[in-house]
Amino acid sequence: MGFAFEGFAVIVEAKFAALKDTRPRDYAIRFLFGGLCTVAAGVIAKRFGPGVGGLFLAFPAIFPAGASLIEKHEKEKKQRAGFEGTMRGRIAAGIDSLGASLGCIGLAGFAMVLWMGLPRYNAVIVIVAATFVWLVTSVGLWVLRKSRTLRRIHP
Amino acid sequence: MKELIFRFLIGGVIVSSFAMLGEILRPKSFAGLFGAAPSIALATIGLTIAHSGRDYAAIEARSMVLGAIAFFCYASAASWILVRYKPRTLTATIALLPVWFGISLGLWGLLSRVSP
Repeated sequence: MGFAFEGFAVIVEAKFAALKDTRPRDYAIRFLFGGLCTVAAGVIAKRFGPGVGGLFLAFPAIFPAGASLIEKHEKEKKQRAGFEGTMRGRIAAGIDSLGASLGCIGLAGFAMVLWMGLPRYNAVIVIVAATFVWLVTSVGLWVLRKSRTLRRIHP
Repeated sequence: MKELIFRFLIGGVIVSSFAMLGEILRPKSFAGLFGAAPSIALATIGLTIAHSGRDYAAIEARSMVLGAIAFFCYASAASWILVRYKPRTLTATIALLPVWFGISLGLWGLLSRVSP
């Protein structure tokens, strides 16, 4: 998949081989955290009401585990190339976090569509529309940011 | 109990799937978008609508907007600190979690006063 704008092209690629670098334990941790946070969101909503419970639908559930995994993978990659890699790994996790912050704007869009749409329209259509808004907003902001960065590098 | 187990399983599957998607995508900043995917919401919203109705789910979604604003501040702070000071990622991202709690609960408190 690629995005092109004003003479620049940004390629987004899927590297399925990257999944081999992840240990089964890491998958299990994500599954556990994801499951626990989903249960917790439901329990908190029951105990304290939907106002507080709703906050936890946007809780950074597996963010720390995911970011530290990126640090680890990047460090190992650099070490295989003969470098120390610790600092590079931490910067890679920082770059990933920047992407997540753009995704949060899409996440807010997703929630707004649900908030406005659910009382009025068919639930399935609203959920599909909200997911579409999240994807388009997040990817759109990322493309916009990337194009501005490239223009700064190659004025 | 059955419902809790079902929530746990569906939450685990959806959250892990988005995490795997983020892992295979390049460049990293693009993959990071999936770190803020609406995974917990997608896992629970159907169950919430089925059990408590659409109006109840809409109230949760209104609060989710506040949670997403807090997540934005948290992820931006994590990004800045990791690139600028390069601490250990797990330590930094866990130490910053009170930012999310403080902002989300603070915004919810404000909203409750304005629109109870």
